Amino acid sequence: MAEYFHSVTLEKEKCRGCTNCIKHCPTEAIRVRNGKAMIINERCIDCGECIRVCPYHAKKAVTDPLSVMNEYEFRVALPAPSLYGQFGKEYSRERILKGLTELGFDWVFEVARAAEIVSDATRHILKSGKVRKPLISSACPAVVRLIQVRFPNLINNILKLESPMEVAARIAKQTVVSEKNIPAEKVGVFFISPCAAKVTSVKAPYEKKESSVNGVFSIKDIHIKLMEKMKNIPPDCDCELVSSGAYGVGWAGSGGECAALERPKTLAVHGIHNVIAIFEEIVEEKLKDVDFVEALSCIEGCLGGPLTAVNPFVAKTNLKCQVNRAKSKDFSSENTAADYQDLLWTKDMEYKPILKLDENVMKAMIKMQKLEEINDGLPGLDCGACGSPNCRALAEDIVRGLAFETDCIFKLREKVSDLADQMKAFEHIYRTKQDGSGRGKTNDG
Amino acid sequence: MSSLIRKEYDIPANDFSRAGEASSNVRKLLTQLGVNPTIIKRTSIAMYEAELNAVIHGNGGKARVEIFEDRIEILVYDEGPGIADIELAMQEGYSTAPDYIREMGFGAGMGLSNIKKNSDKFVIESELNKGTRVYITIYLY
Ligand code: SF4
Ligand code: SF4
Repeated sequence: MAEYFHSVTLEKEKCRGCTNCIKHCPTEAIRVRNGKAMIINERCIDCGECIRVCPYHAKKAVTDPLSVMNEYEFRVALPAPSLYGQFGKEYSRERILKGLTELGFDWVFEVARAAEIVSDATRHILKSGKVRKPLISSACPAVVRLIQVRFPNLINNILKLESPMEVAARIAKQTVVSEKNIPAEKVGVFFISPCAAKVTSVKAPYEKKESSVNGVFSIKDIHIKLMEKMKNIPPDCDCELVSSGAYGVGWAGSGGECAALERPKTLAVHGIHNVIAIFEEIVEEKLKDVDFVEALSCIEGCLGGPLTAVNPFVAKTNLKCQVNRAKSKDFSSENTAADYQDLLWTKDMEYKPILKLDENVMKAMIKMQKLEEINDGLPGLDCGACGSPNCRALAEDIVRGLAFETDCIFKLREKVSDLADQMKAFEHIYRTKQDGSGRGKTNDG
Repeated sequence: MSSLIRKEYDIPANDFSRAGEASSNVRKLLTQLGVNPTIIKRTSIAMYEAELNAVIHGNGGKARVEIFEDRIEILVYDEGPGIADIELAMQEGYSTAPDYIREMGFGAGMGLSNIKKNSDKFVIESELNKGTRVYITIYLY
């Protein structure tokens, strides 16, 4: 497994080297160099902000092609709850799940169901009281990576439970193996994903444990195909694949995970920049009264994932309808975490600092001095024309030896005008000399 | 020996949304220096509390942060009304913050004791009608 797998990647040909992505990346992971954007691997958290803002669609998320399904004998779809928000109210959950079976899946296991199990486990953990508060949800992999690279003090606040996707994959596989008598390696489980972060968490899990998911498809890639299939399914069809109640379905949007905990002191934040602001408050111990924080990288949570098909606010309205319908279905006695210990992470997460200027604190201080000095000399416009997200970041890049002061167009202009002045002065001396000698010549002649 | 890095920040009066700006800045600085996360946390909590005090009681003020080879020195000062009885003010739960500020969840009277708890050296000087100066030292190792 490569140390840095990232689902988010750049299509170089499409990139025009504008400054949109460098300005929006929450970890300052992008630079424009030689007219093209480049992502600094160790900084990227796969949040997908850059996919959203690139006007040329040069940033994309690598997902698996649908053809990987052919490698398995028995195929299970694991639809993210956010899939339910992609269709209008005439598309019931029953219809969507049935539609998936028509797409070539032999069975469907709702991730919403696993979400209810995770919620149950979380309730147990909160009740046990043996946690550092506030507990921070680990459902969004972009947020977990953010903590890993930028908030070392919050690593111990992470809810170290497997994500609903992982839980779903594991249970689905086990069920097929035991009930259908098919060997595990012939069972393929495929997550239908709203985002790149989930892809990365499958291909390069932070706990370094192998994922049970065999492939990840984007909601976008199956959206239209699924619509086609659903046309032939009656809207009021019944479907035994439904296995989650309203809480699980509600997980798709912001506030859903909190709601499922049935506790008063929870906080839900969405949008990666808002998440950062809340994390700063937690570090400063301003949120001591909160038990649980649901933090989702995307605006409106997974409904706003970069690989979803419809506008997140439209999806929110759609989802409301699905949640209301699900209220009549209660699976709470089945979807429990009998032994939540099984869901705990087996490995701890290590801090991966990305901001450090040097391994040695003393050397870092000297670099910092230099950085401040350079920064003071920069215009402070944060224009991004140098290819770094702001003046300070350029100063940092210079100190790290990754850029030059003259990458700043204002510094370059200064240099050029200095040079021009020097040239002028030089020309003047040269002219006077020539004139002098010239006159001498005429005199001579 | 003089400090390697020196920073000054303004602390605006009565603006809670900006209280914490300086400490958050300092946190980023220390992270870039690769300072141990626990020390960063202590520094930022101590500094935030001092900043908050300047906002609530001191009509705003200034913060000066100096980083030395082995320590961080923070001075937060204001020209506010000053503290009449420092010993009393140091007690947990003692607060002179007005009700509206407490309702916002601030001014619970944990400020000074929290600063003390998180710093290695802590000195407070205050003079009525002149202002308050809070000195915080935290060692890097
Ligand atoms: S995915 Fe997010 S973290 Fe990665 S480069 Fe894009 S904006 Fe930055
Ligand atoms: S909020 Fe949901 S969709 Fe967005 S990155 Fe996190 S897990 Fe993915």
